[in-house]
Amino acid sequence: MHTFSLAQLRAGLDRREFSSVELTQHFLGRIAAHDRLLNSFVTVTDDEALKAAHAADARIAAGSAGPLTGIPYAHKDIFCTQGVRTTCGSRMLRDFIAPYNATVHEKLQQGGAVMLGKTNMDEFAMGSTSESSHFGITRNPWNPDCVPGGSSGGSAAAVGARLAPVATGTDTGGSIRQPAAFCGITGIKPTYGRVSRYGMIAYASSLDQGGAMGASAEDCALLLQAMAGFDPLDSTSVDREVPDYRAALDADLTGLRIGLPREWFGEGLDAEVARVLEAALDEYRRLGAEVVDVSLPNSELAIPAYYVIAPAEASSNLSRYDGVRFGHRCEAPRDLEDLYKRSRGEGFGEEVKRRIMIGTYALSAGYYDAYYLKAQQIRRLIAEDFRRALSGVDVLMGPVAPFAAPAVGQMSEDPVQMYLSDIYTLSVNLAGLPGMSVPAGFAGGKPVGLQIIGNYFEEARLLNVAHRFQQATDWHTRVPAAFA
Amino acid sequence: MEWEVVIGLEIHAQLATKTKIFSGAATAYGALPNTQACAVDLAFPGVLPVLNEEAVRMAVKFGLAIGAEIGQRSVFARKNYFYPDLPKGYQISQYELPVVGRGQVEIEMDDGSTKVIGVTRAHLEEDAGKSLHEDFHSMSGIDLNRAGTPLLEIVSEPDLRSAREAVAYGKKIHALVQYLEICDGNMQEGSFRMDANVSVRRKGAHAFGTRCEIKNVNSFRFLERAINYEVERQIEIIEGGGSIVQETRLFDANKGETRSMRSKEEANDYRYFPDPDLLPLVVEPAFIETVRGTLPELPDEKKHRFMTHYGLPAYDAGVLTASRALADYYEAVVREVGGESKLCANWVMGDLLGFLNKDGKEITDSPVSAVQLAGMLRRIVDNTISGKIAKDVFEAMFAGEGDADAIIDKKGLKQITDTGAIEALIDEVLAANPQMVEDYRSGKDKLFGFFVGQVMKAAKGKANPAQLNDLLKQKLSG
Repeated sequence: MHTFSLAQLRAGLDRREFSSVELTQHFLGRIAAHDRLLNSFVTVTDDEALKAAHAADARIAAGSAGPLTGIPYAHKDIFCTQGVRTTCGSRMLRDFIAPYNATVHEKLQQGGAVMLGKTNMDEFAMGSTSESSHFGITRNPWNPDCVPGGSSGGSAAAVGARLAPVATGTDTGGSIRQPAAFCGITGIKPTYGRVSRYGMIAYASSLDQGGAMGASAEDCALLLQAMAGFDPLDSTSVDREVPDYRAALDADLTGLRIGLPREWFGEGLDAEVARVLEAALDEYRRLGAEVVDVSLPNSELAIPAYYVIAPAEASSNLSRYDGVRFGHRCEAPRDLEDLYKRSRGEGFGEEVKRRIMIGTYALSAGYYDAYYLKAQQIRRLIAEDFRRALSGVDVLMGPVAPFAAPAVGQMSEDPVQMYLSDIYTLSVNLAGLPGMSVPAGFAGGKPVGLQIIGNYFEEARLLNVAHRFQQATDWHTRVPAAFA
Repeated sequence: MEWEVVIGLEIHAQLATKTKIFSGAATAYGALPNTQACAVDLAFPGVLPVLNEEAVRMAVKFGLAIGAEIGQRSVFARKNYFYPDLPKGYQISQYELPVVGRGQVEIEMDDGSTKVIGVTRAHLEEDAGKSLHEDFHSMSGIDLNRAGTPLLEIVSEPDLRSAREAVAYGKKIHALVQYLEICDGNMQEGSFRMDANVSVRRKGAHAFGTRCEIKNVNSFRFLERAINYEVERQIEIIEGGGSIVQETRLFDANKGETRSMRSKEEANDYRYFPDPDLLPLVVEPAFIETVRGTLPELPDEKKHRFMTHYGLPAYDAGVLTASRALADYYEAVVREVGGESKLCANWVMGDLLGFLNKDGKEITDSPVSAVQLAGMLRRIVDNTISGKIAKDVFEAMFAGEGDADAIIDKKGLKQITDTGAIEALIDEVLAANPQMVEDYRSGKDKLFGFFVGQVMKAAKGKANPAQLNDLLKQKLSG
């Protein structure tokens, strides 16, 4: 059952070939068997899952099932879930139980989806390797010596190993797309404002966006359908109808114009990764698409701009973790200052502290203009680059990351190298555009993702472009032998 | 050496919305600690602010009332600092682009002179919670009920030249926000708080002196005292060869002095930046016009109307329009009486306000309603009681003893207007004082008052004074 698509699972449930309880037990069994190695879950919610599965079965029996009723999923531990702790991968929130649900969680619950547990992640979503979690590193199912990517590495590894059919993720600078690429699964980061951020613990508010991760574009379409939509609780969510993502999946690609940002195919891109991407583009040509060169001249500036804006927002967003109302509080504080310093000093990990300091510095009097304002100007230039590039083509394609999954420890020792590896994903967040990662082949036995970027609110188009590719290829169906 | 005082006021007016500026929690004052703070106010992880449209409406209303430009696009920013009663670690405020731009108000001094004071801007922001330092045994309590209450921060130009001008300006804004029904103006509960930026310079100098900011003054009396103390302090320092250090100071009402709270060097670097959780606030022209349609008659207009329509002197009109509630009360009294606007004004300004002040009550808590007061005034007009007896009736009404007619009845205060009855009383008094009558008739006119007093006494104060005068004159000359 664990290799079934969501459509197959839906059909099986509806035809009573198996119950949601059986399905849920099957995945809980796989988690119990395999997750000791991967550590993709922070919390497995067996009891709650079975309860939800029972309720789903009743709903199916009553004939009132929705598309996700009875379907298990893994939830990134950044979405607040009433009654189940939400840690954000941090010691700070080790025992935090939110008294409310994230809007995304509320929607999935309403739809009758069955949460298997909460997945591991880089602390507060700050990282590209899932090594900074207080709950230990997550490993890549394709090669346990390698990282699964990050920050949604737990979700990516869980789906990659088929410990869950689909999973939620969030993407601030590539945190859905890059781990999806490293774990050989499909992931979509929608347009900024498409999915509510309410109850999704903030890293960098102007960049954070929730999205879907699954084996295929079709599975992502189904999950995203349930997550997307306007939310009056999130002022930055957009009041715009959500199209039927599945209905558009099969549209023919003849005449599709694909733009290749030439800046993304030069120095720094691993030769084997480039070869995989070339092959994928050939496949698109066979499907009737036309591939043209485009330019994103300010691409290189995305890294410095992102690493000013995101830490600046983070430094402010994370001020609320002060040991006063919730979260970690140090033992026996001497006074207020001591309470702040030790609670935060003990509760946050290295990478989080580093970004808080960078952000605080960038916003300081006398530096604001040189850093934050300048970064915002670059942000506008980058958005303008994309506007121009997308004016003549339907989608852009390129790498997700410069290389396949690196070994554990390789990146975490050198944060700047880690920051630089986000070059192809960050700019999409800065522009607020939707982006996807689609399995496109292997380099040295490790999965490689193809990135597809579209215009604002063209998620349906992206999913269609990815789906047709997956109809013609089988990269997305590959499962690591140990988890087959 | 002559000195010139330069003052600018920053006023924080709590907006009278039902719910908070960025959450659905109630704003009512006086609830048990932390019972009116939701997850958004507590800054729990993942929660987001949603702007309260009512707060925007109120800010725009204020802007229109002071003839200000309304910022069609304004931006909420985060002001970052750590404090236990600031749950997010930042306050959401407006920094570079406020919702209300430059406007002005006219103040009137006691001598009747007027002066126009510029308002630099007014912006929306959220209030912080309260730290409670008593009863917690070397710890502090935090009450977050107030956290997220909407504030309109109204910033004046440094146009004020004395403590009295500052008070006049403060009172003007205080009256205005209540007229507009955007703030309850309750200074005890902290709904209306003032910060004063004070500096001095030599008369004729162009550059401003170094200023000190006196924080959180919550009464006009304290404002005047704090500014005067601060001015003296600064002049003394400069004349003694010293210089003023820019700092934030607190007014200690018990000692009547200001003391240093923190210097500029110790001031926080607030690291302002636009709040990414809130889109820029766009106020559409149609919205502004709708709000304009809801503007009430403003204090200056009302005062003018009271002078022309009711024929009141400027002073009376000024007192009666000082608050919208008082003006409404006065107009209700006149309406009920059916005229006699000056008589009504005298009673409202005199006895009513006097009794209210003595009890520390507001006009809205008056135990005597406008209808009740008018009922009594009608009895003066129709000669049922004299003005003097009316004072006793009023006191009884104020004490809650019922309507004027009932009190007059019960206490038998009805005026004696029967000529025969008054004549009988006069005869009694004259008969009892033959010597005085003789003295009067031989030219001691001043004794007339004595006879009036005696007759009134005999009448237990109830004789109609005019009739008494006439009849007494006749009898004495007869």
